[in-house]
Amino acid sequence: MAVYVLCLVLFCVGIYAILSKRNLIKIIIGLIVAEHAVNLFFILVAYRIGGRAPIFEPPPVSIEPMVDPLPHALVLTAIVIGIATTAFMVALAMRIYEKYGTYDIARIRELRG
Amino acid sequence: MSKERQPGMTLIVKTVTRLTVGLILLYGIYVVTHGHLTPGGGFAGGVVIALSLVHLMLAFGGDVAFKTLSKSGAAVLEAIGALLFVGIAIIGFGWAGFFFNFLPKGTPFDLFSAGIIPLCNIAISLKVGAGLFSVVIAIVFLRVAGSERE
Amino acid sequence: MFILIVLLGLMIMGALVAVEAKNLLSAVIAIGTAGLGLSIAFLLLKAPDVAITQLVVEIMAVVILIRATIRQGLPSSPMDSRPLGVVIALGFVAVLFLAAIPVLESIPEFGDPVMRVSRSYVDGTWRLSGSTNVVASVILDYRAYDTLGEATVLFTAVVGVLAVTRLSGRREQKDGAQEAEQGAGR
Repeated sequence: MAVYVLCLVLFCVGIYAILSKRNLIKIIIGLIVAEHAVNLFFILVAYRIGGRAPIFEPPPVSIEPMVDPLPHALVLTAIVIGIATTAFMVALAMRIYEKYGTYDIARIRELRG
Repeated sequence: MSKERQPGMTLIVKTVTRLTVGLILLYGIYVVTHGHLTPGGGFAGGVVIALSLVHLMLAFGGDVAFKTLSKSGAAVLEAIGALLFVGIAIIGFGWAGFFFNFLPKGTPFDLFSAGIIPLCNIAISLKVGAGLFSVVIAIVFLRVAGSERE
Repeated sequence: MFILIVLLGLMIMGALVAVEAKNLLSAVIAIGTAGLGLSIAFLLLKAPDVAITQLVVEIMAVVILIRATIRQGLPSSPMDSRPLGVVIALGFVAVLFLAAIPVLESIPEFGDPVMRVSRSYVDGTWRLSGSTNVVASVILDYRAYDTLGEATVLFTAVVGVLAVTRLSGRREQKDGAQEAEQGAGR
């Protein structure tokens, strides 16, 4: 339970950054932190105390008990999607910087006119 | 990136890069081809391969990296990866359906086993590696032809 | 699991530094520490595939973010948040935290997963897919549609990045494309 609560605190840090910051890079960082927290939560749910990694060994070695492999597969795809969307956000932010000369979202709104 | 006349970083970085970049690429290929036996697989191996090229680019400047793999070459490789992946999936229609594992399974713990999984790993690694490499070079060289040279 | 709690505390501290740092470059470095700590946490939680992927992906994310923050003329002291915005954000985060605590109490206890679906995957993975890495057999055999969708998202993101950062193209074309985009968004 304590581990889940710490994971939730990490998620809350990310959400706080998204909601309160005015810098585009800080907002992207908040999104990355929230994404890390969600990935970590999946892996925490899958963990079994004293479990082994979900990889088979030659027959004499027993595989049980094993951690849950399904959330690992889901998180594996989520991580790669995360880097792709992060790259897209950074590209958009750099284009915005080139056009308006600032990362401040409030000033961008003023300059847009 | 660098403000020196010489493109790229210092001699120390270049020498170390020359020694290590081949090993990194080799490790990426190992992770991809053993993805069905050991931890790793197409995603991780593809990103390692892309990072070896990014390493080359950061140390020597863009020209050397483009000589290794140009932007259009990366696009072609990514398209090949995507087509290979979908093609493997469609061939499965001949047996049972989309993504059917139609190849013989072989004996476990062999390199050539597990049917289509190694082939899919190679396709995914091509797609992820080429895609992320082209993303990184697009972002890093965003303002090269712009008004202000950095 | 003491070491995991310590590691999570380190990650939270790294995330706080990243969120509150004045200098954008130090913020990016701090987010790198959070991501690498996450990779070690995955390794402790017996997920080696995810740990390797997270490690390499974090390095690439840091490279991309450093490129976005290294430039001349960037103000060293970034814009401050408005006080009202901070209060509203803190209130929202507090509500979210308090609402999520009962949910966390209702899910299964830490260290005892419900393996209803994945039990059949684990039992059949030798016979049906021939792979010894269960995660590889799940993402590329049992649930390959997930991977197909992931490849589609990755392709779309790459095309989006290349379209946004495109150098060639005349000015009028760019404006026309923007107008078309706004029209589509409306």
